Amino acid sequence: MTTLYSEPAPDAAGDVPVRRISFTINGEKKTAEVEPRLLLAHLIRYGLRLTGTHTGCDTTNCGACTVLLDGKAVKSCTMLAVQTDGHDIQTVEGLATASELHPLQEGFREEHGLQCGFCTPGMMMAAKALLDRTPDPTEEDVRWALSGNLCRCTGYQNIVKSVLWAAAKLRSQATE
Amino acid sequence: MYPSRFRYEAPASLAEAIALLRDGGDYAKVLAGGQSLIPLMKLRFAAPELIVDINNVPGLDYHRTDPDGTFRIGALCRHADLEHSPHLAATQPTMAAAAPLIADPIVRNRGTLVGSLCHGDPQGDWASVVLSLDGSVIAEGRAGRRAIRIADFVTGPFENALLPDEVAVEAVIPPAVGRRAGGYLKLERRVGDFATVGVAVSVETAGEVVTKAGIALTGVGGSTIAATEAAASLAGRPLSDESIAQAASLAGAAARPRTDHRGSAEYKRHMVETFVRRILSRVDGAAERAA
Repeated sequence: MTTLYSEPAPDAAGDVPVRRISFTINGEKKTAEVEPRLLLAHLIRYGLRLTGTHTGCDTTNCGACTVLLDGKAVKSCTMLAVQTDGHDIQTVEGLATASELHPLQEGFREEHGLQCGFCTPGMMMAAKALLDRTPDPTEEDVRWALSGNLCRCTGYQNIVKSVLWAAAKLRSQATE
Repeated sequence: MYPSRFRYEAPASLAEAIALLRDGGDYAKVLAGGQSLIPLMKLRFAAPELIVDINNVPGLDYHRTDPDGTFRIGALCRHADLEHSPHLAATQPTMAAAAPLIADPIVRNRGTLVGSLCHGDPQGDWASVVLSLDGSVIAEGRAGRRAIRIADFVTGPFENALLPDEVAVEAVIPPAVGRRAGGYLKLERRVGDFATVGVAVSVETAGEVVTKAGIALTGVGGSTIAATEAAASLAGRPLSDESIAQAASLAGAAARPRTDHRGSAEYKRHMVETFVRRILSRVDGAAERAA
């Protein structure tokens, strides 16, 4: 069980209220004890040591911390960890299997969809939410779906290409 | 960044939520989508002692039209629910135009319309939309339910008329008397930014004649502005080049824009006029005349 009583809090003192929560992350059932003010992004990164989820702006703008909550893209810096009790979380670590990259990851490699890579996990999770719902998106659909995710390097062109590449791969896998 | 310490409760019923709020007094906040509240708490602009998370309260995620035409949006109806709703697209043109323009797609998965209204951001898009439709917020507390017109609900920047033990349970749009038309246009520097200018126009028509109109402006004053004279000028006659031009000019005059990094006051006023004209020109039947 993961225990994360508090943020690294300079004002930590007295009785810290702790809640026990159960959730699924990348298919694995987990239990954690968390302080209510713990952010989901911090539970994922510091509590579960899944550091693929990045915190960029920490102000709900950049989308680097995007994860899927019950299949929907959410900014994990803007949710309380305690709110995931009973819910399902997917992070970028859940994309690949032991032997194979996810088509989105392949797409980002094939189309050079990243430079520094900081925004990439958020981009991939936002893209996954899109492709789960819309297997055959237009370029416009992709740009729209990723409009809550900021990239400071690429100019987005190759990110969009990467997602379209993944969509095509996933469709061809589905018809095989 | 992380919020100050607080007590967290996630009741499974509205009655329980109201009881918790009563005990929490002024130091309690309701958490729905959290897309404004959590950032405020992280920045320590808000430091509630008690958070009442209503996400486990069943039956609040609806949006529906009653048999009499009243449209209701529950407190847990997310922006994305509205954005992807065929029912909204078919019945509420102003709201359907605004839904995809709220924040960004990921924030829209969590954030709620009712929460936006409660947050009372002077730059909020939904306040203008609901104001143009003469909507209300339904509050439920110990003393029962009451409807608060949106014009009275937002009492100042980030302030609303809710009593400490009240939960805003839904927003209500009154039934249209005639055929409903309208739109929302927003000028923003990038997705997710506050509106440089936002304009909501809602009209109802019977035959050619406009029977009711509402116009509200975002981002061009200290708070949402109801352009009442502009709206009144449209009522009682058909839409025409002249009536549209007059409403646009009156709406521009109602704006109180300030020059800032998003644009000059003159530019913003001009955009208010342009947006009013553009929305009204797209109302069926007016398109040819105003093109």
